[in-house]
This record gives sequence, C-alpha cells and structure tokens, in this order.
Amino acid sequence: MILAQISFVDISIVLLYVFATAYLGWLGYRGTKTTTDYLVAGRKVHPFVMALSYGATFISTSAIVGFGGVAAMFGMSLLWLTFCNIFVGIFIAFIFLGEPTRRIGHRLDAHTFPELLGRRYQSKFIQVFAGLVIALFMPLYGAAVLIGGTEFLSTAFQMDYTAALLVFAVIVAAYVFYGGLKGVMYTDAMQGTIMFVGMTTLIVYTYAKVGGVVAGHQALTDLKDLVPSSLTAIGHRGWTAMPQFGFGSPKYNLWWIVVSTIVMGVGIGVLAQPQLVVRFMTVKSKRELNRAVGVGAVFILAMVGVAYMSGSLSNAYFAHHGALFQGRVIKVVNAEKNHALLQVMKKSPGGEWMDAIKETGKDGKTLASYEQAVHADASGKWLPVAKETSDAGVVKEGVIVPVVLDQTEPYLPEKIGPNQIAQGRSISIVYAKGVSDQIIPTFITTAMPKWFGVVFLLTLLSAAMSTLSSQFHTVGTAVGRDVFETVAGRKADAKANRTIYVVRIAILLGLLVAVGIGYYVKKQQFMVSIIARATAIFFGLCASTFLPAFVGGLFWRRMTRAGATLSMLSGFAVSAFWLAFVKMPECQVIGLVKKSLLADRPNWPVVDPLFVALPVSILVAIIVSVMTSPPEAAHLRKCFPSLHKVHPSVRAHEERKGVSC
Amino acid sequence: MLGIQDPIVALAYVLCIASTLLCVVYAWRNWNRGDETVETDDVKWAKKEDKVEEGL
Repeated sequence: MILAQISFVDISIVLLYVFATAYLGWLGYRGTKTTTDYLVAGRKVHPFVMALSYGATFISTSAIVGFGGVAAMFGMSLLWLTFCNIFVGIFIAFIFLGEPTRRIGHRLDAHTFPELLGRRYQSKFIQVFAGLVIALFMPLYGAAVLIGGTEFLSTAFQMDYTAALLVFAVIVAAYVFYGGLKGVMYTDAMQGTIMFVGMTTLIVYTYAKVGGVVAGHQALTDLKDLVPSSLTAIGHRGWTAMPQFGFGSPKYNLWWIVVSTIVMGVGIGVLAQPQLVVRFMTVKSKRELNRAVGVGAVFILAMVGVAYMSGSLSNAYFAHHGALFQGRVIKVVNAEKNHALLQVMKKSPGGEWMDAIKETGKDGKTLASYEQAVHADASGKWLPVAKETSDAGVVKEGVIVPVVLDQTEPYLPEKIGPNQIAQGRSISIVYAKGVSDQIIPTFITTAMPKWFGVVFLLTLLSAAMSTLSSQFHTVGTAVGRDVFETVAGRKADAKANRTIYVVRIAILLGLLVAVGIGYYVKKQQFMVSIIARATAIFFGLCASTFLPAFVGGLFWRRMTRAGATLSMLSGFAVSAFWLAFVKMPECQVIGLVKKSLLADRPNWPVVDPLFVALPVSILVAIIVSVMTSPPEAAHLRKCFPSLHKVHPSVRAHEERKGVSC
Repeated sequence: MLGIQDPIVALAYVLCIASTLLCVVYAWRNWNRGDETVETDDVKWAKKEDKVEEGL
C-alpha cells in the first residue's frame, strides 16, 4: 500500500499543526514567560514540559529515520545506543552534569556553550574557536535532520525528492525565523507529545504485525541466514545478534562500525552537544532536573527504542507480508525454513521469463536496471547470469535477493531446488532499493494504515522543527555572540544592531548549507545512511573537541587554560585528520585521498575518529594542565564558591606569587 | 531469551527498560529534593539571558 499523493485532508492536518505550533509560540511570547519569570519570579515549568522540551530537542528525524534504517540493516545491536541515550544522555547528563553546569554558568554569566568554556578558562580564543566549530559543523547535523524528514515526505507521498526537500526546508525555516528561535518550551512540549504518541502507536502496530513481542523477536532471529553476503562478510551474524568481534580482519568491520561509531560516537557525544548543555542553565534548581529525569528517560525510550526496534522488526514484517519477488532459485539457503536466493525475473509482454539485470558503478551506485533474455544451454537449462566488469569498472550482474519462499501456487510445487521458478518475500533493505535511509519511510507506507502516514509526518515535522530550531539558535549565538562580538567587541548600540544582522545571515547561510548538503547527498546516492553518518560525525567531533574541556572545567579545578586550549585543538585536529585521511567512506567523499591511508590495515578505516581523538584530547588536557601554572585562586573561587579549600597546587602557586588565598 | 539469539543483545533490551525504570524511580524518590534559593548570580544571569534572547 502506498499513501499516494497528498490529499486535501493531509494538507489540512499539516496546516492545522503549523497553526497550532504558531499559536502556542505566540501564547508563550505574549505571556512573557521569559527566563527571568521561570528562574526569578517563581513561575514554574512543569517537569513534564521541561523533559519533553529537552527530549524533543535531543531526538530528531535523524534518530528516527536515519538510525532506524541502520537498525533495519544491522539489527538490534543498536539497542546499546538506546541504552547509552537513556543512561548517559539522561541519567548521567541530568544528575551529574546538569547542576554543575547551571551553577558555573550563572556565576560566570555565560549564555552559550562557547561562552561557558571561554569564561571558565578566561580565554577569548577558546570561545571564538568553539563558536567557529559549532557554526561550521552544525549545518551538517542540520542536513541530517532535514534529509530524515525529506526521505519520508518523498517516499510516503511520492513527491520528487528535491521538491520534498524544499517544502520541508521552507516549513522549518519559517518556524525557525518566526518564533522558533525563542525556544518556547510549550511549543517544544506539544511537539514532544506528538512525537510520543506517533512513536508509541508505531511500536504497538509493529509488534502486532509481527505476532507479538517474543514471537516477533523469534521471527527476526529465524531470518539470520537471509543476511546479505555483503553484510555477513563484515561480521553480521543476524538481526538479534552482536556482530562478530575482533580486530585485524574485514570480518570484524561491522562490530567497529556499530560499537565505535554508532554506540560510542553518538552515545557519548551527546554529553558535549552545545544545544543541549545550555538547557541546563535555564532551570531554577537541581530539583527541576531531578524531576525531569523520569519523563526524559521514558520519552527517549519511546523515541529511539521504538525506532531501532521497528527498524529491526521491519525485516520480519517484509519477510512475511512484503510484496512478492518472482524468479528462479539459484541457491537453497535453508530448506527447512524455505529460505533461498532468488535470481529475480520478470515476464515479458510475450510471456517469456526475462532476467532482471543491474549495472553498478565503481562506487557502488546503481547506474541502470533492466531485463534481458535468459541464456540457456543446449538442453534448455537456464544459465546463471554472468557477472561482467567493463573497462570503466561498471559491474553488470543479475539481481539476486534473499527470500522466504511463498508457500502458495502457482510457483511452488512440493520441493524447491536450483533453477526452479518460485516466488518469495525479502528483507527491508531490498524493498528500500538498497538505501537504508528509505527503510523506515518504506516500512511506514507499506505496513501502517493510511491515517498513520499523516500522524508520522507530524511526528517527523515535530522532531525536525524542535531540533532544527535549537540547532540554528546555537549557530546564531555562536556566530553573533561568540565569534563576532568577541572579536569585534560588544556593548556599543551600533555593534548590537550589526550583531543581529550577523546572526540572521549566519542562520540563513547555515540553513542554505544544510539544504545544499541534503540536495548533494541525494545526487550522490550514498548507500549507507548519510543521515546516521552526518549525525555521528558531528556528535563525535563535539565530544573529541569539547568533552575534556567541558567536564574538566566543571569538576577539575586544576584544569588550566593551556590544557583546555590544547585539548580542544588536538581533539579537533585528530578528528579532522582521521575523517579526511583514514575513515571510510568519509575520506573519499572529502576527496583529499583516493583511499584510506590505512586501507591495508583492516578495521582501522572503520574505527570512528572519536575512538582515537577523545583519548588524545583527554591525555593532552591532563598532561598540559599538570605541566602549566594552575588557574588563579580568585577565579577558581568565583567558579566554585562552595569549595572553601582550593587545590593544594593552586595554593602553593599563589603563595609563591605572594597572593593570599 | 525473549526470542533474541544473542544474550548480549538481550541484555541491551533489558537494560533499556531497566535504565528507564531507574530514571523513573530516581525522579520519584527525589521529587522534592534539590530546591535552592535564588541567588544574586541567578537573577543577574536570568535578566541577561532575556536580553540575549531578545537580541535574537
């Protein structure tokens, strides 16, 4: 079932949602519920609202569409990322980082993440550098969010991808420019509620379609011998199993992709996300953070837990309810379970069976698909489709899909065997034409009722709007406050006006870059989720660059300006080097090298930059801080007034300088 | 366990639910803990934050 063209009712519902969003934003604005009201005038933010607002900012279309599609390919091992999102992103972030961030942010009068770092280390360079990193790389994450919504819009409503991208970008840009930047919590909360309802409905339907919780998992487990050979070669062992672990062989690649890039990169990277860290400063006390922990965790489970489970289980759905493929059996994979590899064939108008053929470029992109006459030997037996590689590197081969053979006539007599015409249903990635970002949209449009398509569109619009507004809010403040004002100076009225223009131009440019990336990647047709890759790059870059300086600044009084500066520079430099010269396929996309510098050393090219850069930046932070003069005691007392005792080394240093502590 | 082939993946499934419950129990037990009086720094920060937001 396809949702077909957008109907009048669909458009009406989307418009109603947009007006409701605008109305709530206007109410929030008119009610002058400013930060001062919340913190000082005693107006209370319900913890439910605060947690949903945080969660809606945290979770985007990237997590739902991009990582959901990755889960459909790699399986339930992605649940370790869900666990990290809840335990690290909520429990540790709220309970251990939230309160210290709020306290030190207020004491140092910091209003952005770069400003927090800059003032903690009394360094304009740190503030400007952090602002530049955010301004330059946040649009990449913004593009991931945009692509997630666009893929659904184009797949579900059969829109041209470019048109869908523009429609989605215009709706989001209008929201961002007309009020979204103010981050009205009640608007975020409404969007969070829609997301919660949409995703909860999705998991209930998904489990119902695959026969229940345990039966659904078992059905997925039973499909393990249908994993494509390209994935088993890198260590895929089934959708309910971890990939094969080890180091030094390509058969361990998947373990390193799942664990180093997806689970660790995104799971740890969330701790240093600038747009999330500043949220801690807007709460009144630790009590609000304590209260928000419960709702936040349930929300995250309902978002990413559902996305990854639905993505994985979509394989079980398609294998039993997907559209049928017809062709000849070329290999029986599991006779007991009726699993086989099928050479896809189609009947010509004259009733003759034709082989489905595809031509693939050197970069793995499908260049052409067509049918050709079947070759047979002298006895009339069909011959396998020969795999041919042209001088230009174009590979021409038959379309072979793994299937669960259908038990009904006319194609399946008593027993199956090679070269026998049969029909069967395949796995998610086949129905998504090999593009993982299209798996969730394809699953929703195929498996869910028509009305749910509109609900899911609202879910994705909500997820995109709440995340993009905070992303571009952060870009705006990074460029305007952290870079422009810090470099050009602030206070003068003329400068203030110029800052507003700089902020607006920065946000507009950021949006244009995000849309440009969204357009470019579709032309490139990357096979493995560009959404997940772009998100992981940004999260990993933030963690490697900011995390030691941020956490050290909160908890380690001995951390020095030099330590923080060099830690940030080394974390950023190692990440950038790894992405440009080692990490596949990122280094090929960047284009400075034709293949990874470590292409001959298996597993290194798939290890995430975070795995190398974060230890480097932590070590640099510690070593340089210990080797350099400690911060002034007066500054430390300002940062940590409740700590009456300053660090002994700081005291010794002050005494040497003749300053009383 | 739970129809899941690999115990490590089953553990992740269980830990997702367990960590959510941990957060819910933590929030419930600490519902009224952690309230603090608003200090001068907080007031100053909040007023400045409103100005920064207004500028956007």
